[in-house]
Amino acid sequence: MAKELKLMKGNEAIARAMIASGTDGYFGYPITPQSEVMETLMAEKPWETTGMTVLQAESEMASINMVYGGAATGKKVATSSSSPGISLMQEGLTYLAGAEIPCLVVNVMRGGPGLGTIQPSQSDYFQSVKGGGHGDYQLYTLAPASVQEMYDFVFDAWDIAFKYRNPVLILSDGAIGQCMEKLYTRDYVPRWTEEERRKNAPWGTWGKPANRPHNIITSLELESSRQEVFNLKLQAKYAEMKEKEVRYEMLNCEDADYIFVAYGSSSRIAMKAMQMAREKGIKVGLFRLITLFPFPTKQLAEVAKHVKGILCVEMSAGQMIEDVKLATACGVKTEHFGRFGGIIPTPTEVLEALENKIIK
Amino acid sequence: MNQDIEARKQELLNQGYTEVYTKTKVLTDAVMHYCPGCGHGTTHRLVAEVIDEMGIQDKTVGVSPVGCSVLAYNYFDVDFQEAAHGRAPALATAVKRLNPDTFVFTYQGDGDLAAIGTAETIHACNRGENITMIFVNNGIYGMTGGQMAPTTLIGMKSATTPYGRRVDINGYPLRITELIATLPGTYYVTRQSVQTPQAVRKAKAAIRQAFENQKLKKGLSFVEILSNCNSGWKMTPVQANKWMEDNMMPNYPVGDIKVEGKLVENVDVARLAVDHPLTVMQ
Repeated sequence: MAKELKLMKGNEAIARAMIASGTDGYFGYPITPQSEVMETLMAEKPWETTGMTVLQAESEMASINMVYGGAATGKKVATSSSSPGISLMQEGLTYLAGAEIPCLVVNVMRGGPGLGTIQPSQSDYFQSVKGGGHGDYQLYTLAPASVQEMYDFVFDAWDIAFKYRNPVLILSDGAIGQCMEKLYTRDYVPRWTEEERRKNAPWGTWGKPANRPHNIITSLELESSRQEVFNLKLQAKYAEMKEKEVRYEMLNCEDADYIFVAYGSSSRIAMKAMQMAREKGIKVGLFRLITLFPFPTKQLAEVAKHVKGILCVEMSAGQMIEDVKLATACGVKTEHFGRFGGIIPTPTEVLEALENKIIK
Repeated sequence: MNQDIEARKQELLNQGYTEVYTKTKVLTDAVMHYCPGCGHGTTHRLVAEVIDEMGIQDKTVGVSPVGCSVLAYNYFDVDFQEAAHGRAPALATAVKRLNPDTFVFTYQGDGDLAAIGTAETIHACNRGENITMIFVNNGIYGMTGGQMAPTTLIGMKSATTPYGRRVDINGYPLRITELIATLPGTYYVTRQSVQTPQAVRKAKAAIRQAFENQKLKKGLSFVEILSNCNSGWKMTPVQANKWMEDNMMPNYPVGDIKVEGKLVENVDVARLAVDHPLTVMQ
């Protein structure tokens, strides 16, 4: 497939991008609002075209561990789920991070806690960037704000995952997963040949040739002094990501008196609220996070020096705001506005919150 | 140390001794951490010998569990993955599906395979994944210090059943091997043991059969190995083997249960699955 203009759902875009980006395997379990990912893959039958494996697992625990086993052979393996399912995957994610396995996990967030609701939410920020599972680890976390980004970030994810030998999380939400937008598809990236796999993932467990020691994929190290050294290595990797792989977008921040900080669906709503504010003569900018980890700490701190206040917009009770305050060392008035439980705020509500919480 | 062993061997050979028994090359030189008398060492060796004899060392991927055999990857000179507790069949599923030319085996204990990993076990078996599952059943959690396992017998003492397992509190021992034999996805299901030379030879033949089935893409082969846990059972190795024969084997009868996708005629799986397990004295 060459570059074409298409109309599709965010979840479908994820599935089609997986096929187009040379993904070797997908293992998933149905959960609303992301079931279209696996449905699209099953309907497309990529095993007949690119040779990609697709399997419906018996649970999210099984699917994330299938990702672990498959990705540990040095192949591009992905899964997707929504909040309750992602909670079930946390054990697998910490093992993947601990064994340094590149892979892709997509979370199409819905409202919680517990079984919560099937409507969109952004209340898994802490789970995504503050751990989720046990131990000191990080997932490289991308937050798409459009169907186009749902598609493009799958391609980006494979580059980062294998560059750093680290799991990548695409943190989306039910609004972007379910909405239909136009997008430009890309040229197919062929699945890796055997030679490419061996070159790109020399650590993989595919059967030991006579000329190399056996490869072991494990997150276990019983000797504490070695486990500490390993942890320091992980931390150095995360520090390098913070230095080199931060992504964000600034709109109208140059002359802004106030800025919204938001990601994903909320950034789309904040963008509209920003336009409404500008029409009223209030100079508002938007600082959109694209990577949630690594967080654009330095860049946000720089912008914050020149504004009078920051409104964090997130469909949660206020999670991302903690990192915003850390980035700005609480040096500027910062408040949170969000709806939760599956309610999507309107641009009017966001603008009112700016006026009432920050400007007043 | 290994050089010392090699030098000593050479010295003996020079004196006219003949080598009649040697370590298979598919086992590494790492010194195993298993307790003396435990069945894991023997079972490891059998799996390694089969891999060696079939000439598939360069195509084999093993998956180790959480439990006593968590470090199995240090002992097998093949590519290895260490799974989270109970998840080995899920890993193995993906390894095999993405790499159909490899030989994939899981190696799990009773807690890993029949308690926390029950769902992964049953579904991998039911899908008929073309893999080999090795299941070491010693009726106890060895690594964590001898707690009750799903396969702990009624009346059997453990760290969490210090007065013996009681049905009214702990429920029944799980005969998971009979259970999975009823699934259409399993091609070969057998229970073996490794406490005598004769048993070891039969166990090896079963493991060989399980890998041969994989070569022929027949589906899932499942080999249970009854083992003692002399440390956890608080017995000497000799006592533990005797106790295993007297108490484990009546509850977990040794032999083939399913061969070439068909239940063995003289094994009544349905009866075994519903029969009340025997109470043991320990």
